[in-house]
Amino acid sequence: MNTRGLRSQLKDSVPVAGLCPQGAYGVQDSLRSGFTSVKNELLPSHPLELSEKNFMLNQDKMNFSSLRNIQGLHAPLKLQMEYRAARQIQRLPFLQSSNLALDTLRGNDESIGFEDILNDPTQSEMMGEPHMMVEYKLGLM
Amino acid sequence: MALSNVLETPLPGFNFDNAARNAALEGLYDGGQTPKPMKTGTTIAGVVFKDGVVLGADTRATSGEVVADKMCSKIHYIAPNIYCCGAGTAADTEKTTELLSSNLTIFSQTSGRNPRLVMAVNILQDMLYRYHGQIGASLILGGVDCTGNHLYTVGPYGSVNKMPYLAMGSGDLAALGILEDRYQQDMELDTAKELVRVAIHAGIMNDLASGNNIDICVITREGVDYIRPYQESEYKDSRYRPGTTPVLTKKVVPLKLEVVQESVQQMETI
Repeated sequence: MNTRGLRSQLKDSVPVAGLCPQGAYGVQDSLRSGFTSVKNELLPSHPLELSEKNFMLNQDKMNFSSLRNIQGLHAPLKLQMEYRAARQIQRLPFLQSSNLALDTLRGNDESIGFEDILNDPTQSEMMGEPHMMVEYKLGLM
Repeated sequence: MALSNVLETPLPGFNFDNAARNAALEGLYDGGQTPKPMKTGTTIAGVVFKDGVVLGADTRATSGEVVADKMCSKIHYIAPNIYCCGAGTAADTEKTTELLSSNLTIFSQTSGRNPRLVMAVNILQDMLYRYHGQIGASLILGGVDCTGNHLYTVGPYGSVNKMPYLAMGSGDLAALGILEDRYQQDMELDTAKELVRVAIHAGIMNDLASGNNIDICVITREGVDYIRPYQESEYKDSRYRPGTTPVLTKKVVPLKLEVVQESVQQMETI
């Protein structure tokens, strides 16, 4: 795994005051995210924000651990291998990938939830600049 | 979001960016004048009888102290054999029942089976528990499936209760009083309809947020009878019946149309 691309994956965590400022080399990036303010990070976010961000991960963990207890280690191991393979089928970062294989594995192709109706990425109002997004993904920024 | 450029595509689903802004705005409003969502402060009730289930609801939707909708439909379609009454925030009950109905339709098409009530209840319970009560929907589900006639209630936090008679909403205490007193097992259809009507009527009379007409939905193995309205309110505001204004003259002018162009397009059916 390319270590320079790690920062783009770290972004998924909700900011904690003082730790991991969002800039290169751990320094606050004033140009993009403004001045540091402890108040910004301490203000109440929505009570559901954290649990929603991690919902898929927690569901998967729960399902895999119960599968491991019932059928043994091989079952979640094989499934996770398939998940990893399916997750790698992606378009470039600024294009929307359908994630068809991943959805079929998870069973999302036969159910409708709020993530299919609200905030559809294919109809997002903002466009990302392709060069910037690819650079961010590769960790070159 | 204030940025004109994004570095990553936004995730689908709920977007919590405005939560901090809303918290700050609520501080500005001090005095509780924030705009109120439309709620169905309501009386809904359901009863299991010999051949099926009877659901009843009033038809008033309030927004704060104002009646927002006098003929609101609170009994929602879920499946051909399952209907759901909804109390709480009107939008939440509508969308949740629509989502549930879509999921059950997909299921019945892929598996070729009629959905059972327990499946609907489980889907609802998972969905509502996931959002920890932020979706304000208290629902009464009733239906007939291959295992019998069932009546369930699902609370906004995900609690489920299975009973032969139920009432929810702001007028539920009044309705439950009637139901507790007069419910019997294995009632006939007319007795059950009358019982639900009286229960909803008690809710309407004793609760400010319930009112106007009464809707009744009867679900049996043969089919569904959705009677809307079952009973109209005595206090209707149409003071001027049709025919109040006398007609003095009437003139009819037929519009002469001629065919200018006719074209036939074949539809390709494979």
